[in-house]
Amino acid sequence: MNNSDYIIMTTRRDFIKISGLGLGGLALSTSGLGFYNHLSSAPPSGDELSLDLTRTPTYCEICFWKCAGWVYKNEEGKIWKVIGNEEDQHSNGRFCPRGTGGPGMYYDEDRLRTPLIRTDERGKQVFRQATWDEALGYVADKMKNIAEVHGPECVALLTHGSGGKYLGTLLKAFGSNSIAAPSYAQCRGPREVAYHMTFGEGVGSPERTDIRDTKCLVLIGSHLGENMHNGQVQEMSDAIDKGASIITVDPRYSIAASKSKYWLPIKPATDIALLLAWIHVIIEEGWYDSEYVEKYTFGFDQLKAHVKNMTPEWAYGITTIEPDLIRKSAKEMANAAPSVIIHPGRHVTWYGDDTQRSRAMAILNALLGSWGRRGGFYNPEAVSIPDWPHPPFPTPSRSWKDAYPDQFNLAYETLSSGICDATIPTLSKACNFKGWIVNGTNLLKTIPDSNKTIEAIQNLELLVVIDTMPMAITGWADVVLPECTYLERYDTIRDSPHRKPAIALRMPATPPLYETKPAYWIAKELSKKLDLEDYFSWNSIEEMLDWQLKQVGSSLEEMQRIGVKTFERTYDDLYFAPGQEMEFYTSTGKIELYSTSLASEGFDAMPVYTPHEEPPEGYYRLNYGRAPMHTFGRTANNALLKDLMEENAVWINPKVAKIWGITNGQYLWLENQDGIRSTFPVRARVTERIRWDSVYMVHGFGHTNKNLSRAYGRGASDSELITKVLMDPIMGGTGMRGNFVTFKFEPKEEEAAS
Amino acid sequence: MREEIIVSGRDNPLIDPHLHIWHWQIPLYLFLGGLAAGILFFAGLYTILGKEKSYPTAIRIAPHIVPIVLVIGLLALLLDLKHKLYFWRLYTTIRLESPMSWGAWVLMLVTPLSFIWSAIHIKDIFPRWNWKYQFLFTLEEFFTKYKLVIAWIMTIASVILGVYTGILFSAFNARPLWNTSILGPLFLASGLSAGAATIMLFSKNHAERGMLSRIDIGIIVVELFLIVHMFMGFLASTQVQINAAGLFLGGPYTASFWIFVVILGMIIPVILEILELRKYRIPVLIPAGLVLFGSLMLRFLIAFAGQESRWLY
Amino acid sequence: MRYAMAIDTKKCVGCSDCVVACQTENNVPVGYCRDWVVEVTDGTYPQLEIEIRSERCNQCNNSPCVRCCPTGASHYADGGVVLVTHEKCIGCGACITSCPYDARYSHPEGYVDKCTFCIHRIKQGLEPACVAACPTKCMYFGDLDDPNSPVSEILKVRKYKTLIPEAGTDPQLYFLI
Repeated sequence: MNNSDYIIMTTRRDFIKISGLGLGGLALSTSGLGFYNHLSSAPPSGDELSLDLTRTPTYCEICFWKCAGWVYKNEEGKIWKVIGNEEDQHSNGRFCPRGTGGPGMYYDEDRLRTPLIRTDERGKQVFRQATWDEALGYVADKMKNIAEVHGPECVALLTHGSGGKYLGTLLKAFGSNSIAAPSYAQCRGPREVAYHMTFGEGVGSPERTDIRDTKCLVLIGSHLGENMHNGQVQEMSDAIDKGASIITVDPRYSIAASKSKYWLPIKPATDIALLLAWIHVIIEEGWYDSEYVEKYTFGFDQLKAHVKNMTPEWAYGITTIEPDLIRKSAKEMANAAPSVIIHPGRHVTWYGDDTQRSRAMAILNALLGSWGRRGGFYNPEAVSIPDWPHPPFPTPSRSWKDAYPDQFNLAYETLSSGICDATIPTLSKACNFKGWIVNGTNLLKTIPDSNKTIEAIQNLELLVVIDTMPMAITGWADVVLPECTYLERYDTIRDSPHRKPAIALRMPATPPLYETKPAYWIAKELSKKLDLEDYFSWNSIEEMLDWQLKQVGSSLEEMQRIGVKTFERTYDDLYFAPGQEMEFYTSTGKIELYSTSLASEGFDAMPVYTPHEEPPEGYYRLNYGRAPMHTFGRTANNALLKDLMEENAVWINPKVAKIWGITNGQYLWLENQDGIRSTFPVRARVTERIRWDSVYMVHGFGHTNKNLSRAYGRGASDSELITKVLMDPIMGGTGMRGNFVTFKFEPKEEEAAS
Repeated sequence: MREEIIVSGRDNPLIDPHLHIWHWQIPLYLFLGGLAAGILFFAGLYTILGKEKSYPTAIRIAPHIVPIVLVIGLLALLLDLKHKLYFWRLYTTIRLESPMSWGAWVLMLVTPLSFIWSAIHIKDIFPRWNWKYQFLFTLEEFFTKYKLVIAWIMTIASVILGVYTGILFSAFNARPLWNTSILGPLFLASGLSAGAATIMLFSKNHAERGMLSRIDIGIIVVELFLIVHMFMGFLASTQVQINAAGLFLGGPYTASFWIFVVILGMIIPVILEILELRKYRIPVLIPAGLVLFGSLMLRFLIAFAGQESRWLY
Repeated sequence: MRYAMAIDTKKCVGCSDCVVACQTENNVPVGYCRDWVVEVTDGTYPQLEIEIRSERCNQCNNSPCVRCCPTGASHYADGGVVLVTHEKCIGCGACITSCPYDARYSHPEGYVDKCTFCIHRIKQGLEPACVAACPTKCMYFGDLDDPNSPVSEILKVRKYKTLIPEAGTDPQLYFLI
């Protein structure tokens, strides 16, 4: 980095300068950091390399899977590589490409380095450097002000990082319980509600799918293999080794489809019809697990009557899947039952009826008797780690739900988009948010219809962004607080549920670079300024973690040595015992094929197929997904991962390409049905793998912040083209697959003129 | 439809999207080496045949540029190396299977020889040359006495040098365009032709020019024959070879090859030389210059096009 | 002792973990890679097929790169692994040009570099970094002369192919198909 002022820019035309000089942190940039390839003096020549250098345990933060692993340093004490911890059930000793590329996040020279305070209008994106004391003081003052005038409930936390736990404690101490992760309303919310309605429990994270012992894995749109859920991809590979069959339902020939026994190239938005036809076949042919259904479920007769006319022939007309294939695939599932998984998927906010589609999948699982059975769904267990003792939290007088009376009663978690909408003042809203703390999530790419998000932001009195990288959202903040990466900090003890309860420790491999700080430090320092220090009464994070670990039979010293500790199960068994009496947390106490809760809220008690809007002529449905070497937009600037994939491409069927005269590798712009054109051009990949009525892109590219030197302008953003949001009325999920795009061959006129 | 892509973003510098690791240094060196080989060959050959009177330029004048040419060539080679400080490793071992090793050692032999040859004929261009030191006089006498031996060694070494420049490429049959044994003789012929053209350029002796002209015409005819056979070979071979040949038959190098190398570098000089033999007055600079140009372009085009051809992807 | 690697194209998902694991383990400079992943799709929608291959230097038994090296820097080491001695390499690029798999590259420090089968790890009894990192466990490594090694075992029971066998290099990277 040169010795000029630190510059933050979010659009190609805006330049944001930080007035004020003297970047003490710059001195650090020359001490062996910066470009990864200048890391060590000489690479191993093949004859000598000392191994087993100092290693520290951590769990990865690049995606939510939180694989536990070891960070190795080289002779100079610099971070060298990250590999998996063999004792870890999430990773089994093998990290995915993103985790392996973790050092790239540490060495990224574009990282946020110092706290920043906005000095001009929001939107002009002009910042100045500040000390931590000043920045935190600013935040505290604003928070106190909001509490006085509007009430503490009007400050919300939107988080998708491990640091959210500490910030959440702070916020609850402050008097608000509006804490949301975008992964609910923008991702897995519908399936959590659907499974709650059906089985009384959600699917959870990591998903409780027993893939490694399954005989048949059914993927509805899920693209495991490109979607790099580490443990699940590993188990899918194990299952393939054991001869399991895979059935994939996807308009695109995904990698999973290429390994499938049956690939159903379904017409987009018609999945519910297929699922209902499968239910019909399985019931009519008697292929369901009658003992299981008899003993554990409620509503079978209603279901049977409901699907009476939903034959494969009926579904064929809607889905274009041949009736023969529908029957064959149903038989395949039934033969494998109960070791069959209709995979619940992960990102399921597609068309607005997603809770119902997830319900159909849950019902199918119930009919085949896979819930609670080997090769189906196991019963996960987690270690319960007590919180450090603190005074009781104040009871907030309002919650985000007050902004939506009589809506979303079935939503079990907070809706980030709900908070966003409730920030825009209207007469009818009883709760108006005035302050947001955003941690580890680039809201402008996460919540669809970013113009609305920006409108909401403009109505805020305080926007604090706590992040490691200068993502687009940082340009809109009042205060930017630089967090250090997961490789430089302690964090909460990982206590995710799995087949066996286990804990994992994250500890710093090196001290934080520049002026960055971990979230626990930020929360504690902020608590001091808010007179809430009693909630963070530990003297050091080591003291806190050690105390917590001792409560569950371990210690900080032990966890630093072993990284992961697995315990024996103490509650129920991994699977239901044959004939075991079970009670489920539903209103009937049974697995509800007919959902009484949905009925009582006025929704369809059993899923119904409703046709969705189809693309007009010349337009193609915009489908998006993941690449295994990236995590959404978080890794686009990571030098190691950018090496693997530096931009996304729009997949176009050759027949369509021929009509438009598009050649492979050509760059073009996409414009959606609302006239929004992509800011950057995107490369066309002409491939047979995509259906002629859709296009496909990997999500997370097209970054607009110029401070992301490697990610800026590469590829196009699918999220900016998602302006039509299909709201799921049951739980407020934001369906994003109702947008259609056409091809344009020059940028917007305005850009062309400038 | 087959779609074959690299999904892990491979973009190794100098390797992708197609090999471009050898730039101007290598073809320049090959040209200079071939030229030197040609000149030294004729010098040595005619000395052995005792035709010093008929070919004074070939033996006494033209070889003087060879040391300069070789030094430039060696400099170009050194510049091409990516690990320059270790260049001396070339001379710590002889690897018989490596044409590059052959080349390094042959150059090690030919370069001093060319200096010696130039030294013993120095008075032909600098009549008042004075060695100054006694031991240099002694050396000059010594070498002049054994001129015939030197001529023999030089002739053989120059043939090896000429052939090696071609074999160098054909050893790399990972580049389909170079996967032909015709490249060796072709480059040798091209080098001899360039040598003959240079000698013609320097020669003031009309008879000598005529003889060399005839030899040059013969060599060029052989070259054309070899080129035709090379393409026939490619087109009758596997798909990768056909694709490689396609670079010159409709691909990006078509115009430059057929115009610069074949027409300007071979056919027109032959015509001009025939006319000259039929007593038309043609300034010798034109055919000689064109032959040299064609020889240079041949090396460049084969070097660049060859790197563009590959087996995979 | 003849080291070899077998890669199951049916289990590989193309995640490229092998590429970045190699990069961190061997300090391969950013912008360079010692291995790469190729995805081949055949057919017309919806009759399609995909083959995915993780490729690298094939550590050939009959390597043109070893043959053509003028200084002996490219040589056969234990188990037939082809290595480059940095201090002997002059950076002439002959080996790069002679490789039909385009597996080598010119390291910014001047010498020629490529996959070494992580010989520094093999000597410690570990597997190459790519094999150890692969989440689908689709890579098998070992000594072909040992009938019980993972690679020998898997080659007994699966069909396999090598790349460009007609180039005559006798490559030791087997793709299970």
